[in-house]
Formats: sequence, structure tokens, C-alpha cells
Amino acid sequence: MSNQESRATPAFRMSRRKMMKGVAAVLGALALPEKDAPASVWESFFQKHFREMSKPELEKVLARLEKEYSEKYRKAVKVRATPPIEGVLYGYGLDLSRCIGCRRCVYACVQENNQSRDPQIHYIRVLQLNKERGVDLEEAEHYYNPSKVPEKGHFYMPVQCHQCENPPCTKVCPVQATWKERDGIVVVDYNWCIGCRYCMAACPYGARHFNWKKPGLPAAEMNPETHYLGNRPRPVGVVEKCTYCIQRVRNTPGRYTACVEICPVGARKFGNLLDPESEIRYIIENKRVFILKEDLNTRPKFYYFYAT
Amino acid sequence: MKRERSRCAFLLGALALVLPLAAGSAVAARAPEGKPGAVGKVRTASAEEKQFAVPTPPFTPGIFPCSECHKEMKPNPTRRELKDEHTNIVLNHAQGQRWCLDCHDISNRDKLHLVSGEKIGFDESYRLCGQCHGDKYRDWKVGVHGKRTGMWNGEKQYLLCVHCHNPHDPRFKPLAPLPPPTRPENVK
Ligand code: SF4
Ligand code: SF4
Repeated sequence: MSNQESRATPAFRMSRRKMMKGVAAVLGALALPEKDAPASVWESFFQKHFREMSKPELEKVLARLEKEYSEKYRKAVKVRATPPIEGVLYGYGLDLSRCIGCRRCVYACVQENNQSRDPQIHYIRVLQLNKERGVDLEEAEHYYNPSKVPEKGHFYMPVQCHQCENPPCTKVCPVQATWKERDGIVVVDYNWCIGCRYCMAACPYGARHFNWKKPGLPAAEMNPETHYLGNRPRPVGVVEKCTYCIQRVRNTPGRYTACVEICPVGARKFGNLLDPESEIRYIIENKRVFILKEDLNTRPKFYYFYAT
Repeated sequence: MKRERSRCAFLLGALALVLPLAAGSAVAARAPEGKPGAVGKVRTASAEEKQFAVPTPPFTPGIFPCSECHKEMKPNPTRRELKDEHTNIVLNHAQGQRWCLDCHDISNRDKLHLVSGEKIGFDESYRLCGQCHGDKYRDWKVGVHGKRTGMWNGEKQYLLCVHCHNPHDPRFKPLAPLPPPTRPENVK
């Protein structure tokens, strides 16, 4: 080993170590809130995962969020964390022989769930399909815009989160920011989501949406009845999705979802799969039912059916 | 967002491992279980008619009670084309076989009547429709056909058949759709 070599190697090591230190410093600076950031920013930075918070911790977080949102949207915002109702597993039905493709559901959902208006986020996409070809997703069109619907020779298939019983989206999440709740609703903790979008890649139904920009939610249109795991305002850089209107359906008595309420033809059905008297059970037991992409074994709790 | 980046950086290594594994399991084929659509238990419909919570029937403003105008008129049971009143009603509902008095009661103008002769209110008109459309009536009662709102685990409101279907011309009328989503190429 020459003198020069022995000198060169430590010199290189030094520089690499320096470089690593530099990288760490940059990353650190990127990651941490600024020195003089408001206390709430620091608090939310150190906030625990939703499922690890104790009751008092959770209450503190909810109170902090309520204050923050109420100031931002200039109205009294409620952030609840209503837990699942025992003995309830939600199921959804959609009558393909009724849906006329009017997209009333799309916009009712946007309103109820505080989705970004600009840039636009839609949880529900209504596909127009050809009657002759049946459910052929390659042929599906969701930008259709005639003066009146339904159009001759077509039928419509709205798609949204299917709240899979075996959800691929939750399994790929590297930080467990998304999971399936006991009542079957797949939720996201927006404070924990790192925005890697793996779940979007894993979902075979295109049901997850990423906030590329700061959500554009006009204060006047903000729905102040929110749930921590549902329609509370989202930050930029997180993934969001349909939660069967968790803020509505977990109450006792619980309201129907916004899309069920608005649908002018009553194509949308919702209820408890564990209740043999519910309409969703009646549909499964008595109608021609199918689930989308059954071969993927995601086991959706969203059932398309033909009432006639 | 800043904090999210930190977690991201922290976990970057782990991610590369997780994704292919999870994606693989997502598409792993397995025999489907509990396939819906199987024949279930048969529900027995109760014999007596249950009352359903429905909103007020969609009368043309000022038209009800019918007896207001009809009280001075002598009932004429002859099947004919109406020339003086109700001329806007075009019967497009089994027109060859039906006419007014098949559903509207001749002696009590504020009532409808069933084939049995039983007089019913307009708020129970589903029973009248159900005489011919038994399958739809059965589905409507269990909340499958038509719209019902309210609570999934509590009180429900039903719409009457006539809220969606004009009884004289029952085909559901096409609607203007709300705007389509923005095309990706138009997103700024
Ligand atoms: S439809 Fe997509 S987002 Fe919804 S649970 Fe299934 S995989 Fe997850
Ligand atoms: S509101 Fe009802 S009819 Fe209209 S597109 Fe949605 S599901 Fe179909």
C-alpha cells in the first residue's frame, strides 16, 4: 500500500461521512417543523397513530383539530371519532338495472365528504357501458356527457371503494396508515399517511385518490360534521377514499350514506350484512348479484345486482 | 407534509421490500367463498298490509281535494275522452284497457279504489299499483325497488310509486346528468 493510497482512502471516508451528515441535516430540516412553528404543528408532529392513542390523548387531538378547523373555516366544526357499532358489518348494493348515470351521487359525495373542488377529487366514478357488451371495463367511458341520461343502448356502473373484506390496499401500506375497521370500513389516518401511494397501486378499483395539491375546499361549502377517519379536512400529500360516510353511518340511529340519499332512482342500497332483515341481505339472498373482479379475491362488500 | 417526508425517508428502504410481496398476495387466486346470489331463506309476507311512512303524494297544486270540483257534478261512468277538464292527462299506461274509474273512485272522489272495492287514500296508492305490479310491490316493501331514505338502522321513509312514476305515463323520465369529471389533460 503506497503512502498516497493510504492517504487517499481516509480522505475519501472523511468526505463520505461529511456527505452523510449533510444529507441527514437536510432530511432533518425537511422533516421537522420550523423552530418557531405554532405549538399545534409540533403537537400534530408528535401525535400517535390513531389506534395507539389512549382516550384522553384522542380527546386532546380531537379538540385541537376542532379548534384548528373552526378557525380555518369560520364555523363550529365537530370532529368525532365514533367507534364501530357492535354486530354491524356494512354492505352496499347497487341496482344496475336502475342506475341512469345521472352523477347525482358523485356530487352529493363531494359535498358530504369535503372533497377538494379544485383540484377535483371524486370518490365515485360512473362508468357508461354498452348493453350489448355487458360489464366490459375496457369499453367503459366515464366522461360521457349527453343532454339526457340514460342513453339508448347503455347502462351505468358507478364504482367507488368496495370496502374489501380482504383489502390489498391496507396490506401494502408501509406505515399502517390505512386499515380495515371492525365494521368493515377501510379508513386512512391522514396524520399518519406518508403519501407513498402504494395503496393506490394496490387497489384494483381505482378507489383511492391522492391530494397532489392543497385541497380546494371553500369555507362556505365545508361540511362541519366530521369524523377523524372520514371527512375531516385533508392536508396535501395524503391519500383519501370513500368511507361509506363513516360520520353518518356510525351513529345510532345511523343515517344512510349521502349517495343513497340523493340517488333519484333508488338504485343505491345500504345496510348491515349481519342483520337478516336488512335490505342488503334481502338483495344477496334473492337477487342476481355480482361483485367486481371477483377473481382477485378482494371480497368486496359492494354488491352489484339486477332487481329485474 | 414535512413530517410525512421524514417518515417517508425513514421507511424508504423497507418500502421496496414490502410492495412486491403485498402486490403478489393481492392477486393470488383463491377459491371464492360465500358467493352472493345463492338461494336464501324465503321470507313470508305478512297478510295484513303494513302502513309505510310516505311523504305527501305529488298532487298538482290546487287539485286536491278532488271533491271540491266534483261535488256539483253528476258522476258519468261512461268511458269517453275527456274534453273539458284534465285534458293535459295523456293516458300512456295500458291505455286500451284502462281509464279513470279503474283507479279513481266514482262515489268518493278523494279516494282511490282497489279491485276488491276497498277504498284507499292517495297516500296508500302503492297498494293499488301493487295489484298489477306484484313483483315491484314486493321489492318496494323490503326496500329494494325504489327509493327509501332515513336511517339504515331505524325509521325509514318510502317514496310512493307516483313520486317517481307519473301514474298516467309511468316511464321514468330521462334526466340531465351532472358534469363529467375533469379529463386528466385538462388538469392544471
Ligand atoms: S376497493 Fe380499493 S381502496 Fe377500497 S378496500 Fe378495496 S382495495 Fe382498498
Ligand atoms: S345517483 Fe343513482 S342513478 Fe344517478 S348515477 Fe348515481 S347511482 Fe346512478
